[in-house]
Amino acid sequence: MTDAVMNAGRVAFQADGSTGARKGVQVNRLDGGLIKGSKALTFTFDGKSYKGFEGDTLASALLANGVRLMGRSFKYHRPRGVLTSGSEEPNALVELRSGGRQEPNTRATVAELYDGLEANSQNRWPSLQHDFMAINDRFSNFLTAGFYYKTFMWPAAFWEKLYEPIIRKAAGLGSISFEADPDAYDKGFLHCDLLVIGAGPTGLMAALTAGRAGAQVIIADEDFLLGGRLNAETFGVGDLTGAAWVEQAQAELAAMPNVRVMPRTTIIGAFDHGIYGAVERTADHVLAPEAGKPRQILWRIYSKRAMLSAGATERPIAFENNDRPGVMLAGAVRAYANRWAVTPDQTVAVFTNNDDGHRTAADLIAKGVKVTAVIDTRPDAPKVEGAELFAGAQVIDTKGRLGLEWARVRLANGTTRDVPCGALAVSGGWNPNVHLTCHQRGRPAWREDIAAFVPAGELPQNMSVAGAANGDFSTAAALRAGAEGAVAALSELGIEAKAGDLPEAEDAPVNVTPFWYVKEGKGRAWLDQQNDVTVKDVKLAHQENFRSVEHLKRYTTLGMATDQGKTSNMGGLAIMAELAGKQIPEVGTTMFRPPYTPVSFGVMAGRSVGEEFRPTRKTPSHKWAEEQGAVFVEVGQWLRAQWFPKKGETHWRQSVDREVLQTRNSVGICDVTTLGKIDVQGKDAAEFLNKMYANAFAKLPVGKVRYGLMLREDGIAYDDGTAARFAEDHFVVTTTTANAVLVYRNMEFARQCLFPDMDVQLISTTEAWAQFAVAGPNARKLLQKVVDPEFDISNEAFPFMACGEVTVAGGCRARLFRISFSGELAYEIAVPTRYGDAMIRKLMEAGEEFGAVPYGTEALGVMRIEKGHAAGNELNGTTSALNLGMGKMVSKKKDCIGNTLSEREGMNQEDALKLVGFKPVNAADPVQAGAHLMNADGEVSAATDQGYITSAAYSPVLGCSIGIGFLKRGDSRKGEVIRAVNPLEGKEIQVEVVSAHFVDPEGERLRG
Amino acid sequence: MIINHPILGPRDSQEFTYLGDASLIDRPDWQAEGAADQFHDYLYLRDNPAGEHRELWFHEQGDRSWLVVTRNTVTHEILNVELARDVARARGRSK
Amino acid sequence: MRYSGLKVIKEALTGHKGWRPTWRDPEPKKSYDVVIIGGGGHGLATAYYLAKNHGITNVAVIEKGWIGGGNVGRNTTIIRSNYLLDGNEPFYELSLKLWEGLEQDFNYNAMVSQRGILNLVHTDAQRDAARRRGNAMILNGSDAELLDAEGVRAMYPFLNFNDARFPIKGGLLHRRGGTVRHDAVAWGYARGADLRGVDIIQNCEVTGFRIENGKCLGVETTKGFIGANKVASCVAGSSSRVMEKAGMRLPIESHVLQAFVSEGLKPVLDGVVTFGAGHFYVSQSDKGGLVFGGDLDMYNSYAQRGNLPVVEDVMEGGMALMPMLGRVRMLRSWGGIMDMSMDGSPFIDKTHIDGLYFNGGWCYGGFKATPASGWCYAHLLATDTPHKVATAYRLDRFRRGCMIDEKGQGAQPNLH
Repeated sequence: MTDAVMNAGRVAFQADGSTGARKGVQVNRLDGGLIKGSKALTFTFDGKSYKGFEGDTLASALLANGVRLMGRSFKYHRPRGVLTSGSEEPNALVELRSGGRQEPNTRATVAELYDGLEANSQNRWPSLQHDFMAINDRFSNFLTAGFYYKTFMWPAAFWEKLYEPIIRKAAGLGSISFEADPDAYDKGFLHCDLLVIGAGPTGLMAALTAGRAGAQVIIADEDFLLGGRLNAETFGVGDLTGAAWVEQAQAELAAMPNVRVMPRTTIIGAFDHGIYGAVERTADHVLAPEAGKPRQILWRIYSKRAMLSAGATERPIAFENNDRPGVMLAGAVRAYANRWAVTPDQTVAVFTNNDDGHRTAADLIAKGVKVTAVIDTRPDAPKVEGAELFAGAQVIDTKGRLGLEWARVRLANGTTRDVPCGALAVSGGWNPNVHLTCHQRGRPAWREDIAAFVPAGELPQNMSVAGAANGDFSTAAALRAGAEGAVAALSELGIEAKAGDLPEAEDAPVNVTPFWYVKEGKGRAWLDQQNDVTVKDVKLAHQENFRSVEHLKRYTTLGMATDQGKTSNMGGLAIMAELAGKQIPEVGTTMFRPPYTPVSFGVMAGRSVGEEFRPTRKTPSHKWAEEQGAVFVEVGQWLRAQWFPKKGETHWRQSVDREVLQTRNSVGICDVTTLGKIDVQGKDAAEFLNKMYANAFAKLPVGKVRYGLMLREDGIAYDDGTAARFAEDHFVVTTTTANAVLVYRNMEFARQCLFPDMDVQLISTTEAWAQFAVAGPNARKLLQKVVDPEFDISNEAFPFMACGEVTVAGGCRARLFRISFSGELAYEIAVPTRYGDAMIRKLMEAGEEFGAVPYGTEALGVMRIEKGHAAGNELNGTTSALNLGMGKMVSKKKDCIGNTLSEREGMNQEDALKLVGFKPVNAADPVQAGAHLMNADGEVSAATDQGYITSAAYSPVLGCSIGIGFLKRGDSRKGEVIRAVNPLEGKEIQVEVVSAHFVDPEGERLRG
Repeated sequence: MIINHPILGPRDSQEFTYLGDASLIDRPDWQAEGAADQFHDYLYLRDNPAGEHRELWFHEQGDRSWLVVTRNTVTHEILNVELARDVARARGRSK
Repeated sequence: MRYSGLKVIKEALTGHKGWRPTWRDPEPKKSYDVVIIGGGGHGLATAYYLAKNHGITNVAVIEKGWIGGGNVGRNTTIIRSNYLLDGNEPFYELSLKLWEGLEQDFNYNAMVSQRGILNLVHTDAQRDAARRRGNAMILNGSDAELLDAEGVRAMYPFLNFNDARFPIKGGLLHRRGGTVRHDAVAWGYARGADLRGVDIIQNCEVTGFRIENGKCLGVETTKGFIGANKVASCVAGSSSRVMEKAGMRLPIESHVLQAFVSEGLKPVLDGVVTFGAGHFYVSQSDKGGLVFGGDLDMYNSYAQRGNLPVVEDVMEGGMALMPMLGRVRMLRSWGGIMDMSMDGSPFIDKTHIDGLYFNGGWCYGGFKATPASGWCYAHLLATDTPHKVATAYRLDRFRRGCMIDEKGQGAQPNLH
């Protein structure tokens, strides 16, 4: 970098109208920076009020106010300050906001300051300054890595009763309020040719290049300010300051209709086929979202090409007591000074193993901050102007309980020197942000020249990496890589782009000598500051053979904190390599997992919350049923009327008993629209159904309905329903409510994959027809009033199991089926859905003279149990036709799904379960579904289990509770008295085994 | 994932329902010798390869086509997408 | 060396110099009585019980990568014996009983914590099914309680009782269920086996079987041929890949299951809660993270990662059940490869090849089975007869029509 460029930068900074002289407004506030000083913002931390500016983060504002202590560590409750200036922050985690908006573990480094911001420190008691749990630190020698695996085992009962409750109470970081989050979240989909991840110099140059070529571009950055490190450094770009160049680039991008610029947007994960998840924080920088606006949006971005230009993360050096508030990364100190016009303290020292640390010293000195020393591990460290340089030296200890006071330095000559400093800026070099490249199969590779891992192996499909994320650290290299990367990516899509002339920028080589930890000292040197993992812990892990990187991570918890080890993994790995006498890449690298930074439940759930969690399907008679005061019940996604209480009825049983009796005595009406309906048409329709159903269908006459049992290919009963033949080449099939979608899917599978040349077409018409059951001795009389008179529906003309097309109410087309689930004389009548509401009203009106009742799913259930019809509880996916008493229905004369495998020996045992009915010996005893069956005598055990009751109900017809269920050899045990045991609820009753057909076993009523 | 539907073009896999190995097309003849064993192998045994896998997807929230997708089970890369009906016919299935 | 509180104190006072490797890293011998393929939870447990219960110590556990790196290292840590069917419940109840004494048995604190599992019930049919299951559990010597909505509310008042799409009507509570520190299970078994003389050989991949005249003589590995009287495959997730080398096709598909952990939180919930109307279950680790999961990604996969739709589905379930999680953040997600079997139940069996044994098909339930799986597999390897609680786990059960289908989904692995 030339002096001219540097100076140009300075001047521009000062000339920027939005910045200016503010030095000392807050105790550690400096001049310049990219904050807007026109209006002071008020915020509180732990109840104390402070001032900051727009453009501040909570961390920068706290530092400006002289607050270094921001948190406590997880295990030892060590006082901690801010380490970084970005989303990789391990220490400065706070509870932001309160009430339903309380947000634990928010990094102060990314929390944008707004007027009225409220933050509290966490994981301390009673206060951040005086934390009682810091007692743990005194016992740290006992609480080493994995100590808990070796103790707390005696006495055995003490773990759950004593040790664990204490541990659980002490564990965790922030807390939640237990109130529901009041904010809304959205989801959306975006498409682009090129997704640029990260808007530093690389990303901006890539977006400019691609945008100018006319490509559809999305550029996203987690920061609220684009520019990346350009905002944190004093480098210029061309004739402009970094910040001014960013502003210019942003303006150009904003003017392109083909470019979408997305600040405050984190790309959280790289998923298959170029799909990226992105979280846009649209209202986290204000007190509350505007009415009707979401707090955050989850975008699913479909990209043809993606460029990762996410920059790099600085890594610390481990040394004794390197965790005191005030010990920070050098690049962060520089960012606070240059971008936020803040110094963490008025005296700062620098500890570095590379040239980058020197920039921090130079920038601070230029801002008038006293730099007490630059301590460089390299004996040949370059000279520093304005500060004392200790080359070949190391920091071996620090002092200052709640904030750094001084650092002890081992000089090259072997003597020590105590350097006073309220902040120590540490740089151990930079790690490219490879995270997203690991989300699939990519394993980073080691690059010796920069002593860091760079992306390698199989990157996510169509992703390229450029700039610092790829190990190219200089600004000039970043700009070049961005432009060239965009050209290359677009050329794969057939879009011609030009790199053009790139602005001049600094092009310093990387000059780093790997240095991971200071060996001197008996105290603790911290690697993972949040989880309190020290160099000693890594050594112990090595000693105990937890040497693979994954064992190291799991045993010590290194890298398991909320930052996924962004600042700590590398150090741990390097130390393990040294101990094992291996090269770093031989020890391996831990995989980073999605998300890149943690993501709220709220945004992942979007609008699928509360009653909107899943769609609600309503039947055509829903509105009418609501008017009747019906009680509704969830049946899958459907809401169905469960019963219709009448005035004076105080218990649901009164309503249900009335509905059953009135139906059996006169007539009842039930909305059965939820049953699946499939139209089957074509020359081969009959042959097709013959394959689908276990029983025969080929010879079903036109105008007739048949009950059908469908098996899975494994011979287990799958679904039952009816098929009505309306024409030679036209059937209407019904399925159970639960299986409507599945049966249709299976039939399409058979049609397309198994019998591709059959002339048959399928369409699901479940939603197209409103269908009502009209059941009871007066059903025909009622329907004769509704069905148009030209249609004869007398018993002779329209007998049991007849079907036909009719019209109702003077010409409305309808389908009529004479089928019965209740066991009564019954019909089902279907009209186009839009007439469903009118139809229920018409039916009720016509039924008035018969005292017709509407009945709900409860009465439906009672009547089907009284008739012994199988439903979901019996068709539970483990029962065969044999179990259901329908073994003879399975045709052996034809091929159908499931008949071959239904013949396996295990499914045809002599003592197979058979569906039968149960009546209580003592009529007052309730029969309970879920009770197990035991012989009358003998022990009650799993070994003597005889079966179980599947469905039970109170039968108002029989005046007692009844049940149906599966009993071993049940069909040959009628009349036997056995026990129905329910030890779960401490109940046992005697039941008599009976036929499952409790009411009208001969079926006379339904034929009447 | 994105499935390039032969008729409709690229669609999100979320619109589809997955079934399994495309060998489920090869349903045995119920009257063949050893049909029981053949049905057992057909229904229960799988190659389950780590690599290229031909598999059945149903475009449930789309045009209701069954597709045979050739996909790498290690990388999830999709190499080919065909209409299952065409595949079934090519394998000799008819009525 | 015995681990104890006293030992920890002594080491703390003497600079931790006395801790020794938790297991050795020996070079493989030319042959063993038993070679176990797979250094996961089940393989290590099998080695441990072979040595401890049967005195068979000339055993090697061969691991492709690092031990405990399979599903024992990437599950949601739940243990339970709340199964319905005869073929399963006695096995899982044995497993739970072994968990209850495990730490004292292998002298390693795996943090077995029986804080209870609550399966929520949202419909009458679900309550009927819960009653049948609860009774089956009690009849098999396990524990169960049926709660009504008020009982659930008393335990977890913060669940969504206000505006739930699927109201909570009750739940089946299994108090002895709970969680375990999963990695510690692998390490505890490894240490116990190693102390008894078992060789644990890491970074050694099996490349083939040596089979002559229908008899398996050993395995070819990246460290050369290792002979064995008996070879025991125990590599759930990769079963098809390994057994294919012996020419076997299995009733198994490999599927990816994602799991998640939130940032650390002060105590939120004590036990495990399973949402009965969405794909979501959750517990809180001793460290404070909410550990949660849901459904499979549904397609065959060997990639240990999943996709967004399932992440969204799971977290939608979380919000539906616990609306106060809105601002809690998911920290990390990961994927494990499941041996999804054709009826959702596992296999512990001999194969048709003499001397070659198979353990696999654990679906997403392998972790809780670890002790009983090791116990029963060791029994089979030592005696050549199945253990009495594992008699149903035969490879030929589909041929016989004796499926153990807890969910009633039939031969579609991703639905189990």
